[in-house]
Amino acid sequence: MAKTLMKGNEAFAAAAIKGGCRYFFGYPITPQNELPEYMSRELPKAGGCFLQAESEIAAINMVYGAACAGARVMTSSSSPGIALKQEGISFLASAELPCVIINVSRAGPGIGGIQPGQADYYQSTRGGGNGDYQVIVYAPASIQEAVELTANAFETADYYRNPVMILGDGMIGQMMEPVELRAPKKRELPPKIWALTGTRGQRSHNTIKSLALEPDDLEEVNLKLKAKYDVIRKNEVQYEAFHLEDAEIVFVAYGTVSRIVKAVIEELSSLNIKAGLIRPITLWPFPFEVFDTLSSKTKCVMSIEMSLGQMVDDVKIAVKGRVPVEFYGRSGGNIPSPEAIVEKTKEILGGAE
Amino acid sequence: MATHKFIISGFGGQGVMSMGMMLAYAGMIEGKEVTWLPSYGPEMRGGTANCNVVISDKPISSPVITKATSVVAMNLPSLKKFEDNVLKNGNIFVNSSLVNKKISRKDIKDYYISANDIALELGNDKAANMIMLGAIIDKTNVVNLDSVKQVLEKLFKNKKAVIPTNIKALNKGTMI
Repeated sequence: MAKTLMKGNEAFAAAAIKGGCRYFFGYPITPQNELPEYMSRELPKAGGCFLQAESEIAAINMVYGAACAGARVMTSSSSPGIALKQEGISFLASAELPCVIINVSRAGPGIGGIQPGQADYYQSTRGGGNGDYQVIVYAPASIQEAVELTANAFETADYYRNPVMILGDGMIGQMMEPVELRAPKKRELPPKIWALTGTRGQRSHNTIKSLALEPDDLEEVNLKLKAKYDVIRKNEVQYEAFHLEDAEIVFVAYGTVSRIVKAVIEELSSLNIKAGLIRPITLWPFPFEVFDTLSSKTKCVMSIEMSLGQMVDDVKIAVKGRVPVEFYGRSGGNIPSPEAIVEKTKEILGGAE
Repeated sequence: MATHKFIISGFGGQGVMSMGMMLAYAGMIEGKEVTWLPSYGPEMRGGTANCNVVISDKPISSPVITKATSVVAMNLPSLKKFEDNVLKNGNIFVNSSLVNKKISRKDIKDYYISANDIALELGNDKAANMIMLGAIIDKTNVVNLDSVKQVLEKLFKNKKAVIPTNIKALNKGTMI
């Protein structure tokens, strides 16, 4: 299939339909509105149902309902809207219901602004809702990668019976790049015998709930979830390692910021500074192990974010104190400039000598 | 071909977004790597709008442009905002129909295109962006004119009547 020039938000939606999504529930918010708009136009043509809910909370609970019935379902929003959905996400994780949630994030906190931000890292990876749970979080850096991760997300969600989140930002939602939509990579999926599809008098009824009042019963649920998360940690980590050999400084950046960092690495190489990049594609599970392969020449690891320092916590855990961990970030909807990152790098490496 | 980085800026409604999109689309038709990144915000007709377009033979690292090979300023606020973002020896295209100011830098190439006046002469003031696009392509060779014509055929496949006016403006722009 030939490439088409698509806006990120539309590409997310097109990829979701390609991935088998047939139900979409959402509530408008900038900068992701082209996504539900595309769904409202295209999902009915694919035999699906688009519904604009009365609120984000209603939308996520509609997702809960459709997921209970075994449907492939998605919702999308942006930062403060995703905050409103957290109760539902915790319930979905607890009840082991598969679904896909897209966050085209913006700057916060609170209602914040509408320009891009990455300050939802904690919200996404630390459980924005209550309880011991995790959602699988993918962070695409290009629109091509976004469509692949989104189409595959439904398979992954069904495979683990777990919510999957795609964390983009306003930049990737709004920009256009050539994309090629492909069918998702199929996983071997058992039939959804747990789904609430009606017994037709043929079987005993299924129950899906997140309530367990007996501590021992609830602990059993928690341990079962933990066992599943351990398998995900083992099997689902994705990252890109770029120019790590001989790198004096290794940057860590995800999503659109990783692309700015690649421009920085080119610039630094013209100044004879060897720099590399670790780009987590899964934010949870985080690619801790790749940090064990850092070269002995690496003097410093620096996290670059559109936040005031969130992923840097995981970077510190991964580096285990072997080298200093530095941070550079912008917030409020500002984008870190390559020039500023180059300056900061020169300052750090100069100071280390 | 090196990497072309365009910042295209003007009032909302001047067609700066579509100018950038057509460039990106034409680049894609030619098999190049392209990105188109719009400014977005609570903007409306008459407010300022701009887009960043990168066209390259190599995979594009950053879609965000801080140093542009070319800046297109369709109005005065755009010139003030982006003149300093042009790389040394880069280009600046000024819509001299609306901007009666010369640039202050000496280390870049400046082109003054009276896009609105020329478009008016052709009978359609709205085609000023196509005049400018023709000029950009002529001076930078970023894409072939034929590719942009193919883009117009695709974009306006359900509105074919507007294609000749746009092609006329595009051709006129290349002759300045």
